Amino acid sequence: MSKIWLIIQREYLTRVRKKSFIVMTLLTPLLLAAFMVLPALLVSMSDETETVMVLDESGLIADKLEDKKDLKFIPLAGSLEQAKTVYQETENTALLYIPRMTIDDPRGITIYSRKNTSLQTQVRLENALEKVIESQRFMASGIDRETLDKIEADIKLTTINLSDKGERDNNAIITSIAGVAGAVIIYFFIFMYGVQIMRGVIEEKTSRIVEVMISSVKPFQLMMGKIIGIAAVGLTQFLLWIVLSFVVVTGVSAAFGIDAAPSPTQQFAAGQAAAVGEDVEGLETDEAAASAVDDDGTEMLTDMSRAIANLNFPLILGCFLFYFLGGYLLYGSLFGAIGAAVDNETDTQQFMFPITIPLIISFIMSYTLVLKNPDGPVSFWMSIIPFTSPIVMMVRVPFGVPAWELLLSMALLVLGFVFTTWIAARIYRVGILMYGKKINYKELSKWLFYRV
Amino acid sequence: MSILKIESVTKTYANHTALNNVSFEIPAGCIFGLLGPNGAGKTSLIRIITQITGADSGKIYFKGERLRPEHIKDMGYLPEERGLYKKMKVGEQLLYLAQLKGLSKSEATARIKEWVDRFEIRDWLGKNIEDLSKGMQQKVQFIATVLHQPSLIILDEPFSGFDPINANLIKDEILRLREKGATIIFSTHRMESVEELCDNIALINRSQKVLDGPVNEIKDTYKTDTYQVIGDGHLMVTSPDFEVLEQHENHGIFRANIRLLNNTRPNDLLRYLIQRVEIHSFVELVPSINDIFIRKVKETHHV
Repeated sequence: MSKIWLIIQREYLTRVRKKSFIVMTLLTPLLLAAFMVLPALLVSMSDETETVMVLDESGLIADKLEDKKDLKFIPLAGSLEQAKTVYQETENTALLYIPRMTIDDPRGITIYSRKNTSLQTQVRLENALEKVIESQRFMASGIDRETLDKIEADIKLTTINLSDKGERDNNAIITSIAGVAGAVIIYFFIFMYGVQIMRGVIEEKTSRIVEVMISSVKPFQLMMGKIIGIAAVGLTQFLLWIVLSFVVVTGVSAAFGIDAAPSPTQQFAAGQAAAVGEDVEGLETDEAAASAVDDDGTEMLTDMSRAIANLNFPLILGCFLFYFLGGYLLYGSLFGAIGAAVDNETDTQQFMFPITIPLIISFIMSYTLVLKNPDGPVSFWMSIIPFTSPIVMMVRVPFGVPAWELLLSMALLVLGFVFTTWIAARIYRVGILMYGKKINYKELSKWLFYRV
Repeated sequence: MSILKIESVTKTYANHTALNNVSFEIPAGCIFGLLGPNGAGKTSLIRIITQITGADSGKIYFKGERLRPEHIKDMGYLPEERGLYKKMKVGEQLLYLAQLKGLSKSEATARIKEWVDRFEIRDWLGKNIEDLSKGMQQKVQFIATVLHQPSLIILDEPFSGFDPINANLIKDEILRLREKGATIIFSTHRMESVEELCDNIALINRSQKVLDGPVNEIKDTYKTDTYQVIGDGHLMVTSPDFEVLEQHENHGIFRANIRLLNNTRPNDLLRYLIQRVEIHSFVELVPSINDIFIRKVKETHHV
């Protein structure tokens, strides 16, 4: 036991002290921070007020257009040619030209601008014009806007799970995010660190240290020590990433005076609110519009936070850790066996293939089929079979999985891990002392039953 | 007492037999030569002794007990293919390997200090293995092999890769270790290189033991009572007691290999020669291990 511990220590320390590890660990949160902060910075920079000059020859619209926080209208008079000259002398964004027309046939409205009009500006102007014209038409047909607003229905579905544990609110988006995030992390962890195990074994083999090592320790101890040591490296890295990301993002946000790193949900809510707000705006007054935005935004936010609060965090976190380690151990020992079977990294391809296939399939399935139907038969079987369960079950867990399925899946994962480790250990003990031989599957299968 | 007793050990791989019913004993405190051409089965036997692999059949006794995993702490093994962790520092590497052999950290550190001083390589401790020359790496690996003071040291082709100076250094260390009571197994196909070092040998050829025993006894058995005589004069041997195997003459100096027959003694030959020629040198022709090996292999093949 103390020997395994020594091996774990060595594997851990040599990796953690490597420059590449330190650089990766420090750089990733910085990149993450950059990704989060940069767009916010850019948006805040481009958020200047747009001023649009309006030449309304029909006289129907110009006085109905409402100024908004970042979109102002300046009515003009005179001919189009004059208006163009006036516009050219200003710094204004665009010139909106409304020709002589009727409410029933609004055609020929044109935007003139020096630069290309952005899509955003165009859409906002179109929206504003539509509102004005619609209201005019309502008035013409005897309906006023207020009545219409009363008639309009705004439905939001609240989904509630009726399970044994009683009712609880559910929000598919939040649940999906929680599940897929866990699955993605597990997927990358298995790949990144599985390959590290393989490389480590190949390194020991090519540097010929392995014969010295296994005259001191059992091959199984050497393999397990490496697998556990590298797992510890991975956990360390993720932990550091979480802590550093938090520190960096908060720090940068504070420094740039941006609202403290908006969480994805907040961003989402804000986005929704903005979209809704734009829609509601129109003939209503600024305050009304603003309050509408606030109302919808807060409702959305409370929805989100309620959904987040309703996620079973201890369960999700527990499952994450279990499948994280279980999946890593299951695949890690196989990666180790591949490393032992080959002489150099270029020979690994043919053996990597059958290992990566179930991983990739479960990864793709997890955000397509499984998300769409977390309780369907495909999701069920994939979350039970050990080779796909670490990723697929992680997606399902936030949606709620019957206890027996979870227990079965976990038990099978443990069995699967024991099984792959048994296979890997048998390939490993033969492979690490085998040099210069071209290995194929037939050869490998013989190794399983060698007496060593 | 024998430190290691090998009893009819057989080992077969998928399509060939590496060891076929091999038995011999290694006395404690000796330098033992495990000799044989490449592919004879030396490394397979060593891997069985170091418990890297197991024998198909046969028994091995270490200090009188059946070989057990704990015995590994009392052995040091320098494989033919040398290797260390390339990106690890010399000091850390030695400490790690010593700890794996069951040494405490403080004890290992003290012994490392002693050895680096003896080899005058203190400056290397902080260097990565990959920054050392091949000869330096070998020195480090030798230290790693003996650091835990094993009573059985197994060296597979120990001198390959060493320059003559370092080879001598290692030779002296090996003799010193035997003085302190360790038993050393030398495995090599270059038989002449260890002849003067070994007390006992075993010859292995084609997975079978051909011959084993103390070197001087073996040589006695295989000596042919042949003497080389160099002298001045015209040599003509007519006695039926002596047989001239070879004779050359050059500028009046002759050189002849003469074998004693009919239980005659060397002195009889000398007495016979002195009356006829002037003798400059008289040496017994002792067969080298290499000669013995070749003779023995030929014999077994004829049978």
